[in-house]
Amino acid sequence: MNKLINDPAQVVVDALRGVAAAHPELRVDHEQRVVFRGDAPVRGKVGLVSGGGSGHEPLHAGFVGPGMLDAACAGEVFTSPVPDQMLAATKGVDGGAGVLHIVKNYTGDVMNFEMAAEMAETEVVAVVTNDDVAVEDSLYTAGRRGVGVTVLVEKIAGAAAEEGRSLAEVAKIARKVNSNGRSMGVALTSCTVPAAGKPTFDLPAGQIEVGIGIHGEPGRRRVPLGTAAEIAEMLVTPILTDHDFTGGDGVIAFLNGMGATPLIELYVMYQEVSTLLAKAGVQVARTLVGPYITSLDMAGCSVTLVKADDEILRLWDAPVRTPALRWGV
Amino acid sequence: MADTVDLTALDRWIREFARLIAEHKEMLTELDSAIGDADHGINMHRGMTAVVTTLESESPGRPSELFKRTGMTLVSTVGGASGPLYGTAFLRMSATVGDAEELDGNDLAKMLRAALEGVVQRGKAVPGDKTMLDAFGPAVEALEAAIADGEPLARALDAAVRAAEEGRAKTIPMVARKGRASYLGERSAGHQDPGATSVTFLVAAAATSLV
Repeated sequence: MNKLINDPAQVVVDALRGVAAAHPELRVDHEQRVVFRGDAPVRGKVGLVSGGGSGHEPLHAGFVGPGMLDAACAGEVFTSPVPDQMLAATKGVDGGAGVLHIVKNYTGDVMNFEMAAEMAETEVVAVVTNDDVAVEDSLYTAGRRGVGVTVLVEKIAGAAAEEGRSLAEVAKIARKVNSNGRSMGVALTSCTVPAAGKPTFDLPAGQIEVGIGIHGEPGRRRVPLGTAAEIAEMLVTPILTDHDFTGGDGVIAFLNGMGATPLIELYVMYQEVSTLLAKAGVQVARTLVGPYITSLDMAGCSVTLVKADDEILRLWDAPVRTPALRWGV
Repeated sequence: MADTVDLTALDRWIREFARLIAEHKEMLTELDSAIGDADHGINMHRGMTAVVTTLESESPGRPSELFKRTGMTLVSTVGGASGPLYGTAFLRMSATVGDAEELDGNDLAKMLRAALEGVVQRGKAVPGDKTMLDAFGPAVEALEAAIADGEPLARALDAAVRAAEEGRAKTIPMVARKGRASYLGERSAGHQDPGATSVTFLVAAAATSLV
């Protein structure tokens, strides 16, 4: 597997150096591997901290900036950051109004953020995202995984914090977006963790994994490759079965690339997804298409729907200025 | 209970655990790639290498300090689920041994029971979930039973290793209910749990280096 790296063990460190070089408006603590918005802490504003294993770029560091996150902690590839990093981030964004931790529901992330919150001297509230409908029976699992909805939670909660809302209000909005959101993903290939040097799972040609997460973990089932229309149906149907997305103010539809799938294919997929949604009576109010929460060099995509209301749409439209999402400014 | 272990022996135990992790890091990662995310060996090796480095830079003064530094270093360097779980285990050991300079079989059993309870609290797993608990739990029980029967420490630790190995083997047919492997559902069956495997090395290292 050809990769653009210097040393497999230094990928995260080197990438953070690149983030610092490319985005002087951000401040990077290289020792703790935390990316801060340049003006953090912002007085009187709730601080938003997220983080997780690396390999999902632009999530999370690409979403640091006005209108979104105040800080992002970068773990090793696919490995949760450690409490020291989350503590440094929490301290660095504490503007006196408390700090919100946005945590994807993975065992390691939850435990490390929990330890950090126990040690923090600031008021911390954690919101755990868990939108992956591929995890069917959460009674016998670690619960649904936090995937695509995390991007939308960070944007919408970030806008609420920017408006000067209280910690409790920002947490409430974040929870609302999460509970209104559902996702489903598919992999056309595995991915290669640089330090491991070979694909995480074997996927023979002509086969796809349906119901994957974002860490190269195998999915729920393996099926023969179908057309974009057929695959769109495999993704959209379980989402619409799990939650009612009709009526109201419509949905935010997010078609996400897993890293190696070109945008042209994502638009082919989006066309199919939008047709299916129209057929099901689901009205699309806003759209996001592109690679925003990836799984290294995995090919594939995921679909996320969030049932919207006035407040969600207004906050979604609010200005945001980060490396990966930028509008209204 | 005549046989006791001192700081030197406990330090040897930690280093032997680090050596076993280094020796088997590819195997641990391989096990993890079947049902998890292919990083258990890499992460544990990074953590235990950091532990050995801190022990080399400054020798701990007593067992509680040895365990505390080991636990803190693992929490700070491993990440994932293993960092908080192993970190909590060693921090509980540190709290349990207190000011003791030497530990007898009873102390060791008590210390490992506290570590086990810490892992349960942090991870919220129960036996049969296909986690490190399925090897660590039986090992602690076997050690406690052997010590209570008045067995010498060497034999008690051997019993603990056998129990850990049996528990580790029993994780193969289990369907995972915790951690990333749980997302596989039935497909997680047929694979040995990586956490149960690494914790068996911890117990095995105790048997070869403490007595």
